[in-house]
Amino acid sequence: MSEPTKMMFMMRKAPYGTIYSFEGLEAVLVMGAYEQDISLLFVDDGVYAIKKGMDTSPLGIKDFSPTFRVLDGYDIDKLYIDKESMEARGLTLDDFVVEPEVLDKEQIAKLMEEQDVVFPF
Amino acid sequence: MKFGVLVQEGPYHHQSSDSAYQFVKAAMDKGHEIVGVFFYHDGVINSTKLTDPQQDDRHIQKRWSEIAEKGVDLVVCIAAAKRRGINDDVLAPGFRISGLGQLTEMAIKADRFVSFGA
Amino acid sequence: MLHLVNKSPYSSSSLDSCLKFATKGAPIILFEDAIYGAMAGTSLESKMIEVMKDHPVYAIKEDLMARGVNNIIPGVREIDYTGFVELVEQHRPCTWS
Repeated sequence: MSEPTKMMFMMRKAPYGTIYSFEGLEAVLVMGAYEQDISLLFVDDGVYAIKKGMDTSPLGIKDFSPTFRVLDGYDIDKLYIDKESMEARGLTLDDFVVEPEVLDKEQIAKLMEEQDVVFPF
Repeated sequence: MKFGVLVQEGPYHHQSSDSAYQFVKAAMDKGHEIVGVFFYHDGVINSTKLTDPQQDDRHIQKRWSEIAEKGVDLVVCIAAAKRRGINDDVLAPGFRISGLGQLTEMAIKADRFVSFGA
Repeated sequence: MLHLVNKSPYSSSSLDSCLKFATKGAPIILFEDAIYGAMAGTSLESKMIEVMKDHPVYAIKEDLMARGVNNIIPGVREIDYTGFVELVEQHRPCTWS
């Protein structure tokens, strides 16, 4: 059996305005079944995808933020967030539906260098 | 080398599909193997045979179908396709509709995986 | 890692985000609208000159030509899609769009 492929999902887009983060999450869920080395990184407006207190009901758009909480059940437990992106947006770990590990830019740079594939969503 | 490619944008609206095509063509000319091109998000719209651009412009769908004739697997994401009204009835030659598992397998098989769009 | 940037630096944070995480020496390809960042005589020129102290910067010739940009900042290397492929042969890519 070969080494698992290291795949990082880099979530950089805000939810709802465009579909990237939602369809990105759908891809994450499928890939979870393949026993690869998967991580999720929230950076730039991607940090908004996991914000607490979303209510999309007036828009009739599906709220997909709860799905982030079940990733654990798909063996996806490597969640990271860019400290700078989070702080710039006035957010703290208390604001999120999940608890990603907070990394600074040097740590993220190192993590990215280790990846076989980076998917931008 | 083995290359995998992701196309995340629809044709004509974004340049991403054009860029991906240029990249795939150049990679094949250099003798690389393309393990597959996966069409996701609005990228699925590249696959409709109803595509009918003006005569003096490039035909993005036909260009991809020609790439498929050279043995490249063009995979359209089923979930993204259904959302956008793309199904087997409108699918152009060389494309096939399948699941995100195909994207995973391409990413595992490829030595290099390149994303275009978003 | 090879960084691929396709958005104009005047309207998107893609290039800045890429620069934030790119390790010293990592090459950057500007393509599609990102090639406007390679144009000389702009408000971004001095920044790009700084960037090139840490990163080789490439711009796709076909995208420069399509946009009528022929005065590029000295040091930015023009490549075609074959050059793009060659860089991908050497490095795993990451797209900033």
